[in-house]
Formats: sequence, structure tokens, C-alpha cells
Amino acid sequence: MNARLIISIAKSLLLARWRQTLIAAIGVTFSITMFITLLSFMAGLNDLLDGLILNRTPHIRLFNEVKPNSRQPVNESPEYKNTYNFISSIKSGASRQEIYNSGPIMQALKQDSRVLGYSPKLTAQVFFNDGAVDITGVVNGIEVIAESKLFHFSDYVTEGVAIDISKIPNSIILGKGLAEKLLADMGDIVQVTTVKGERFSLKVVGYFQSGIQDFDKVQSYASINTVQKIMGKPGNYITDIQVRLKDMEIAPALAKEYTALFGADAEDIQTANSQFETGSSIRTLISYAVGITLLIVAGFGIYNILNMMIYEKMDSIAILKATGFSGKDVKRIFLFIALSIGLFGGAVGLLLGFGLSAIIDQVPFNTASLPTIKTYPVNYNPVFYAIGIIFSLITTWFAGWFPARKASKIDPVVIIRGK
Amino acid sequence: MSELILQAKHINKSFHDPVTVKVLTDINFTINKGEFVSVTGKSGCGKSTLLYILSTMDTDYEGELLIDNEMMTGKKEAGLASIRNEKIGFVFQFHYLLNEFNVLKNVMLPGLKLNKLTAAELEHRAMEKLKMLDIEKLALKKANLISGGEKQRVAIARALINDPHIIMGDEPTGNLDKKNSDLVFDIFKRLVEEYNQTMLIVTHDQSFAERTQRTIEMEDGKIISK
Repeated sequence: MNARLIISIAKSLLLARWRQTLIAAIGVTFSITMFITLLSFMAGLNDLLDGLILNRTPHIRLFNEVKPNSRQPVNESPEYKNTYNFISSIKSGASRQEIYNSGPIMQALKQDSRVLGYSPKLTAQVFFNDGAVDITGVVNGIEVIAESKLFHFSDYVTEGVAIDISKIPNSIILGKGLAEKLLADMGDIVQVTTVKGERFSLKVVGYFQSGIQDFDKVQSYASINTVQKIMGKPGNYITDIQVRLKDMEIAPALAKEYTALFGADAEDIQTANSQFETGSSIRTLISYAVGITLLIVAGFGIYNILNMMIYEKMDSIAILKATGFSGKDVKRIFLFIALSIGLFGGAVGLLLGFGLSAIIDQVPFNTASLPTIKTYPVNYNPVFYAIGIIFSLITTWFAGWFPARKASKIDPVVIIRGK
Repeated sequence: MSELILQAKHINKSFHDPVTVKVLTDINFTINKGEFVSVTGKSGCGKSTLLYILSTMDTDYEGELLIDNEMMTGKKEAGLASIRNEKIGFVFQFHYLLNEFNVLKNVMLPGLKLNKLTAAELEHRAMEKLKMLDIEKLALKKANLISGGEKQRVAIARALINDPHIIMGDEPTGNLDKKNSDLVFDIFKRLVEEYNQTMLIVTHDQSFAERTQRTIEMEDGKIISK
């Protein structure tokens, strides 16, 4: 009952000065709108830029690194067991790049509940022959379906259809930059020479554009079988297994586990790409800082208007106090006014922020390096909306608190005697 | 008529800014239930200062104040506020109605704060008070749209809404013409005679004071006759 009385008094004070109230609320609305839009846009951009790397990078990559054997004969010998042996000029052995037991490893990965999926891969260094000039390049042998599902491969194929490399024998998808260098059109035949000197003819069935120019100038894709054929290797020859996890965060731990379990090298994404998180977090920080600044400015607006209202309503406050309203009641009245401005302005701000992000989402955005993106990226994360409304309530509470305290301290005797 | 409503014991007060000036010196008096008391004196003799101490709004004094045999001195702000709400009705020189509300809501406001009756009961009671003061037809008008004399009557109705032990007035007729002054005086008189209401009115209007049952006269911060 008492709360209802306080709310009804607050409401009538609010409506008596509805123009100022509206302006204060618009201040909050504007800042919340900008806060939501800025964060959504910035987060969308972050996702996009992270996606450039994350979409195509396996969480864990299993491979065999060319390196000296860690088990040297002298260390194994019982005679020298208790000595410390210095061995110099060790060379890497003629170890194979192939992953041993790739079949059983893939079986094990399929059964691992932490793994979202995997895709085998092998890479071959080749020369593309263009008249008298040889251009160095890489042919990646992939399983198109798995690669598309896990690493969005087909999104980056700008011309042709990704699946064709597994359907059409001896076909290849060239990086856009590489195709331009080779003057290779769709349907043309390109000549490749392997490191061992064997020549192959491959048919161009598509172009590939990753968004990273240097990458597109050397990379090309073919099916695993085709690359095995080029290299003259058997059907179980695989150099990499790319694993995508359900939770990216466990990659470092799991990489260690796999190293021990499978006897192959395992590299996790955090080690391979430690720089990308830094950029994201700084961009997010800047958006929050701008959003909070806007809100604080809006808070000053509310502070001003409440202060004015208190000067205007001195008489009313005095009589309320004289007839039995305590300082606390008066404070509650003004806090309620401030919070309702914050809540109303904030809620409208959320709606407008959503609208503005939706508009930005429709603005065309075409760039050569990002073939899959057609409009500006926007992230509609509900967390931003929750933070927005909480911030608006907190700022308006603080903006209202000081004037409200002042109102509660008004001495009715001073006002009434002054008349 | 020996029931004590208000007791003032050895009340002293000084203003300290900019120099210490003693405004009240050793004020002692009591008011019984049903008494119609006026306080008079020249401008600046401290009569209003005394009233605001007695009203519990001013707490910066020495001495003791009891209302309804309850010690007021030393109470907290919130406690005093609820005492004012329940036991004291106020009529000031200026009406202090809230322009945002209509007359009825203005009268009900202290009752809503006291929160002992439901809104419907309170509305009924407020209408009774307005009827008693012959202004029930104004009930739904906005407070800023009625005349000065009517506003003062609404303020009296507001003072009565919680059936206070005592009504305190600070120059309640100060802003009114002769006709309205007489009207307000007649209302006060009727309240005392018919409803046994206790009244303490500060005024410099001699004709008003002469018509009350008892007059406390003050000069230079002291009571010279009671």
C-alpha cells in the first residue's frame, strides 16, 4: 500500500513534467540503442575475422613432424645407461610423413565423444607448369564432404562446385590467385610436376578464394585419391588428420593425450594461432567503453532533470514531509522516478538497437577477400541486451540517487517559514 | 478537561549563524485536550520558531517536548515523521496543496501514508471532511483551479483526515481576506466545540486571538502571559 502510494506520487510528478522526462528518457534510449548496435556490429565483425582463421583451422592437427629420432642407440645401450651422453650432428632420419595406422586412429576418433568430426588430408608439393615457367604450389588432398562440413570448404569455392573434385577424376580446384597466374579458366587442363619429376594433367573444376591473398596464390585442392595417385602412394597414405572438437577450450589437453595415444605429433589451435584472441578482446573492450560512456552522459541528463524537478517541487516535498512522509519515503519517490526513466528509456533503446542492427545487417558489404559475406556482419547475442538494460538501470539509479538524497534532506521548516 | 495533549518543558533555542542569538528562553506550558489556544506576539518574537519546535519538525533545541505523554525530544527523523502523520494536523499560511492531484487525493494523502484504512474507507472519510467544510463539490477539481479561501479549507480538511490529537496552525488566516478569515475561524471554533478538537494557532491577528479560549502572549522569546 505504501509502495503504491509512493509510486502514484512519483507517477504524477513524472507526468507533470513529461517533456523533460521524455528528453531524459530519450537520452537513455539513444545511448542504449548505440550500445546495442555497436556491440552487435563489433561482435559480428569479431566473429567474421575470427572465422577467417577458426573456420578453416582444425582444433587439433595430427601429423608426423620431420625431426631427429629422440631414441638414439647410445642411450639405449646398457653400457652407457648411467652416463650422460653428448651426441652432436644428429640428422633427421628418413622418417615417413605418413601417419602410421591412420585407419585405426580415425576409428578411435569416431568413437571419441569429445570429437565433433575429423577429416583426413594429405599435401603434396608440386610445380604448376605454365609454358616455360614453373610455379610452385601445393595440392591438398581432401575428403570434400567432411572438409565442407567441418571447415566450410564449399563456402570458399567461388566458382564451380566443391563436390566435383570427388566426382570427376583427375580434377582440381585452384586458388583464385594461382588460377590468375596460370591463366587457367574453368574446364582447362593444368600440368603439374611432382617433386619426384612425374607429370600429371588435371582438369580445373572450380576456383577457391579464402580471403587471404598469399594463401590463394599457392594452394589448390583435389580429392585424396587424386593426390595419392600424383604422389604414387597407396590408398591409406595420409599425412594429416584434422580434428574438430565440440569444445575448443580442451584442445591443448586433448592434443597431449593424442600425442601419447597415437604416437603422432598433435598441434592444438591455441598454440598455432595465439594472436587472434588478442584482437577480438581489444575490439570488445573498446565497444564496451564507448557504450558505457554514452550511458554515463545520459545519466548526467537524468541527474539534471531530477535536480530541476526537486527545486520546482520544494513545496510539495516540504508538505509531504510535514504531513508525515519520512526522508526515506521522499528518497524512494525520486529513485522510482529515475528508475522508471531508465527502464522505459532502456527498453525502447533495446528495441531501437535491435532495429538498427537489423538494418545494418541488410547493408551490402562486398569485398574480394571475403567471398561468403554479402552484408555487414551482426551478432544478435541476447547477452548484449541483458547487459544493456542492467547498465541503464544501474546508471539511472546512480543518477537518481544524489538528487533523491538531496530531496530527502530538505528541511520543511526552511521552506515553510520562507513563504 | 485535564487530559494533557502537549507539554513544553524548559525549551530554549538559539540561532548560531552568523552569531549566536537566543530566540527562545525557558518556555514552559501545557495544552489540554479540547483547548483552543492562540499564540500571539510581535513579528520576530519567536512564536513561529516555537510552533515548529512543537510540531517536531525542528529538532534543534534544548528542553523537553511531550505530545500525548510521549517524549518527542531525541527521537529519530522517521519516528517523528510518523508521529506528525498520525497525531498532528497542519494548516500553514500557504496552503501547500499538490497541484498534480485533485482536491480529494490531496486530502487523502496523509491518510494513505498512515495506511490504516482502505482506500475506499479513506475516500468516504475525506468526503465527510469536505462536506463538513462545505466544499464537497470541489472534490474532483484540480488543486490549482480553486480559489484561495477554498484552498485553505482543503488544507484544513487534509489536516483533519487522520483525526489528529492536535491541529497546529501558522498564521492560517494570514493570506486571507476578512470574509475568508472569519470563515476559517468559524470552522476552527466549530471543530473545538462540536468535535472537541485541540487547536494551537500562531497568529499576529489580534481580533483572531481575542476570540480564542486562551491566548499565550510572547515577547522577545519569552512567554509573558498564558
